[in-house]
Amino acid sequence: MSAHRRSAAALAAATLALAFAGCGERDQSSASKSGVRKSDTQAWAGVQGEAAAFTASGWKAGDKSAWEAQLKARTERGQNEYTRVAPKAQ
Amino acid sequence: MARMKFICDAERCIECNGCVTACKAEHEVPWGVNRRRVVTLNDGVPGEKSISVACMHCSDAPCMAVCPVDCFYRTDEGVVLHDKDVCIGCGYCSYACPFGAPQFPTNGTFGLRGKMDKCTFCAGGPEANGSAAENEKYGRNRLAEGKLPACAEMCSTKALLGGDGDVVADIFRTRVLQRGKGSEVWGWGTAYGKPTGPKS
Repeated sequence: MSAHRRSAAALAAATLALAFAGCGERDQSSASKSGVRKSDTQAWAGVQGEAAAFTASGWKAGDKSAWEAQLKARTERGQNEYTRVAPKAQ
Repeated sequence: MARMKFICDAERCIECNGCVTACKAEHEVPWGVNRRRVVTLNDGVPGEKSISVACMHCSDAPCMAVCPVDCFYRTDEGVVLHDKDVCIGCGYCSYACPFGAPQFPTNGTFGLRGKMDKCTFCAGGPEANGSAAENEKYGRNRLAEGKLPACAEMCSTKALLGGDGDVVADIFRTRVLQRGKGSEVWGWGTAYGKPTGPKS
């Protein structure tokens, strides 16, 4: 491959990388850039102490998939009446 | 991974302020601070619409972008939270937010502006989940208890939906198809940069 083709391929690759960079999600991680902010614990880790008595039943603290399933089930049960009442035929 | 989002169904909201009351009571929000409020458009005119407004936990949050002390962060579930120990109460986030979410309690004799306060999607703050320190600064951490935001769970007409974005979008889509109107998802384009929901 000639030097001219190599440089053209490298330029095309760089252009593609630049174009696809816009499709990604911006880094908004919980890590503090300045280091002054405290880091948070995950919600699925559950609560400690006296507040643990208020934890909803149906999932185990520390189990991420169980926590996600619990929230999904709670949304469906509590906010979607169409799962409780059959929708009318169109 | 669940991405937490709010949807307010303007066809259903009856301006009862139940969401506002639920939020106030759940987190013992001080006088003068409203993490959530109900806005009515064309009030008194037939066909008026009401919307429950709070922090939408934007995908690319402008408050995070302008904060000079880097007090904001975003959890894995897409909830935008902040550290009150770092906040200096400058108010930049208030100017940047398209929803008017950041609130500032008045502190002290001379009406000094205190640390910013806003909706946490009932996910507390950076302190230990469910701790007294977290409760005092940010209110209850319902998400860590396996519950959804109090405002959405208390909504009498289920106008306010809160939870995993995919699930609440499915619920809203079913409604729109059933009633055949009201497909506008208020605030979604601004907060999440996506087209506004399903078309009826």
